[in-house]
Formats: sequence, C-alpha cells, structure tokens
Amino acid sequence: MPPVAHGTTIVALRFDTGVVIAGDRRATEGNMIAHRSIEKVFPADRHSAVAIAGAAGTAIEMVRLFQTQLEHYEKVEGTRLSLEGKANQLGQMVSANLPMAMQGLVVIPLFAGYDLRLKRGRIFTYDVTGGRFEETDFHATGSGGRDAKNTVKLGYRDRLGRDEAVELAVAALYEAADEDTATGGPDPIRGIYPVVATVDAEGYSRLEDAQVAEHFSHVLERRRLRGEGGESS
Amino acid sequence: MTMPYYVAPEQVMKDRAEYAQKGIARGRALVGTTYDMGVLIVAENPSSTLHKISEIYDRVAFAGVGRYNEFDQLRVAGVRHADTKGYAYSREDVDARSLANVYAQYLGQVFTHEMKPLEVEILVAELDPDGDAHQLFHIAYDGTVADEQRFTVLGGEADAIAQRMTARFRQAWPLSQAMVACLASLSGPSRVLHANDLEVAVLEHGPWRRAFRRIEGKEVAGLLVDGEQVEVPSPQPPAVTKLLDTDRPVEETIDPTDD
Repeated sequence: MPPVAHGTTIVALRFDTGVVIAGDRRATEGNMIAHRSIEKVFPADRHSAVAIAGAAGTAIEMVRLFQTQLEHYEKVEGTRLSLEGKANQLGQMVSANLPMAMQGLVVIPLFAGYDLRLKRGRIFTYDVTGGRFEETDFHATGSGGRDAKNTVKLGYRDRLGRDEAVELAVAALYEAADEDTATGGPDPIRGIYPVVATVDAEGYSRLEDAQVAEHFSHVLERRRLRGEGGESS
Repeated sequence: MTMPYYVAPEQVMKDRAEYAQKGIARGRALVGTTYDMGVLIVAENPSSTLHKISEIYDRVAFAGVGRYNEFDQLRVAGVRHADTKGYAYSREDVDARSLANVYAQYLGQVFTHEMKPLEVEILVAELDPDGDAHQLFHIAYDGTVADEQRFTVLGGEADAIAQRMTARFRQAWPLSQAMVACLASLSGPSRVLHANDLEVAVLEHGPWRRAFRRIEGKEVAGLLVDGEQVEVPSPQPPAVTKLLDTDRPVEETIDPTDD
C-alpha cells in the first residue's frame, strides 16, 4: 500500500465540570512527517467533541459525516441526540469502516462530551469493530497513546479543575512527543501548538494557541526544575 | 358505454387553485421581514412545540403556512437537500435560491400532475453574511416564486396584512420595532394578538456559523415592550444604513457559543 497520512496521539480526561480533549498536530507517512499542522480534534456538535487517530483521510471524512449527521438529526427532529445516542452513532460509523480497517486503514476515534442529562463529562472509546466502551476518567490513543495515558494516570485525581486538567493533557502530549517519533511536540518557531478543547455545560470551546503555549511553558519549567533537583511532579 | 367527462384544463387548474387557496386561507398567517441585523420571521402560532419556522442551514431558514403535515414534509426535504449539498460540496455552496427552485419545481409538479395540490405556502429566507442583501423567497402552492427584499406575507388574509405592513415598514429598522410592526400587521383591526400567540425566529449577523435563532417567551415580550417605547422614526429612512453597528448593545440572551 502506498504511504498514507496517519494521525497520532489524542487524549481526553474528565474534570469536575466537563472534559478536556487534545491532540498533537503531526501526521506521518511512514518515517516522513507528512503534515505539521493537521487538526485531530473537532467539535462534533455544541456539547461534544471527537478526536481521531489513524488513517487521517478516512478519519477526517468520518468526522465530517458525523458532524453532518448530528446537525441533521437536530434540525429534522427539533431536538438534540443524547450523548449516548451520539456515541452509538459514531460506533456504527467505525464499524462500517471495518473492511477498510482490515486493509490497514484503521481509524480509532475518541469521543468526549458533556451529558446534559447526567450533568457531567463522559468519554467513549472504540475498537476497530465499532465496539463502544465508556472510560471512567481518561483515555489516550494513537501511537503515542501509551505514554500520554501513563502521564495522565500518574497526574489524575478526582475533581480536577479545568485548568489543571488542561495542563495535565498538555503534559501528556509533551511526554508522548518525547517518546514517540510520530507525535509532534510544541513548535514555538512556527507557532504550532496542539489543539486543546474543553466541553462543559457552556459547550465546546477551543483554547487559544497562546493559552496552550503558556501551559507548555509551565510543564517545561517543571521539567527544568526537576533536572536541577527540584520537585518531581 | 359511458364516456369519460371532458373537463377543460383551464377548469381543472382553476379548481385546484381554488382548493389550495381555500386550505391556505384557513391557516394563520406569517410575516418575514429584514431588519438591521438580518431577517425576522413572525408567525401566528399558538403551539410552542409544533413549529412553522425552522432552521434549514447555516444562513437559511424555512417557514410554512397551511397544512402542517405538508409543509413539514417540505421542511424535512429541504434540510436533507441542504445537508447533502453541504456535505458533498462545501457549506458555503448551500443557498436559498437553489433550494427555492427545488421547492418551486416540486410544488409545480404536484400542482399540475397530482389529484390534490399541496395546501401550503412557504418562505425560504437567506441571510447575507456580508451586508444587507438578504433574500426572501415566497413560494406559492402552484410553484410560483416571488423574490422579496423588504418583507413578505404568507397565509390567510395575506393582502390585508401586507397592506398594513407596507405602511409600517422601514429599511434596516431595529428588531424590536420590526417585531411590533409584524405583530400589529398580523393583528388587524378586528382582533388583537399577544406575545404568546407568536412564534418568532431570526437569522442574525454574528460570529457564530448557524445564524438561526428562536426568540421565545420573555424575550418576545421584552422586545415588544422595547419596540413600543421607541418613537416611530420619520418615513424617510436615513440615507446610509450602517450595518453591524458595533455600538449596538449585545443582548445577554444571545448565545454566542452555538456551533
């Protein structure tokens, strides 16, 4: 198969009033960097977000269709789907992609949103068959997913605040980029930073690059202090 | 042997038109008009759940009068047409003109070829995102399309309401005044309508992608009160109408996070 652009690390975690969802900006084709600034985190509708890892072309197309379907349902029915309903709908789309996945074009989305009925953030993960699983607090996937997930796991606690959760997600992406060649880190020269978004009762909101850069500077500062024998967190 | 009756085509069309007009005249009317920030649609509708006005796409709205099941079917078809087009091409390629043509063809087809014409009149409105060249397409039961840029009236007693509206209309008026005028025009001399008899929605300029917004409950009443208090301006509209005036106070109820 000719090289196909692949998206890499995405991460999501819950905080006290919603969820953070984030993804790096790199796409790779084999050992080449295909794109430095693709986006892997998208608003699915006002109260949910979807992030994608895997074959970028197929994945972005899947997101576009998913967004259209949610909006279509909302307009035709005059009411929004429940968060469960949205998660199941996405599962069906992943499962429809199974023949392509068997050919190597695997797409694994991560779905996170604010459940207006339960009044809390929820995170759903998928496998290639479309199997839908709800995570309790956090998840990360893609080639750097393991490093990202471990970072979140070590820093996670119940009822994190929004800013703390954002910083933990940023740290997770930093660690993933540190260990995984296919994951892009912050790029201050070109001004490219991971996409970080939150979803809460107010809806989807993407952080400005400057805010993400600031969180990265905090993470880097802590790493630097650790090198000088400071605190290890 | 029985011979089939011969009915002149003129008579067939006349009968069908009469039938459709009767059905529509029984329905309650609605008014669509432009205002300083977009397009306002006001319908007389006592139900708060069965809508006459709906969102079709980012900048396109739909409104129908007549038989509910018939215009709702048209609405759903319109949403499907717009979503399919926006997905296949690009969001910016979805426009009201093309949708109005699809509706006109369908209504015309049904009017000529089916036993029963659709007893509906519909409005397809589009917000001009860069200025005030908004469009109101009024499509009649037989597929006739009229393109309006000021206001249009659909439904029973449309002519009388349009007359009252003509007397009141001002170019680029504020929302509250436009609402008061729509309510007064719909009301007429013999009957008085109130805020809770209305279904109101706007397509409005703003930073959000989806321009459609319903105005409900207290906000309708509030706008009507505001509109009553404003002195009616002189019939001569100002020479230059400034759009997207930054001095305009942002209403707290507007939800800018709508995707």
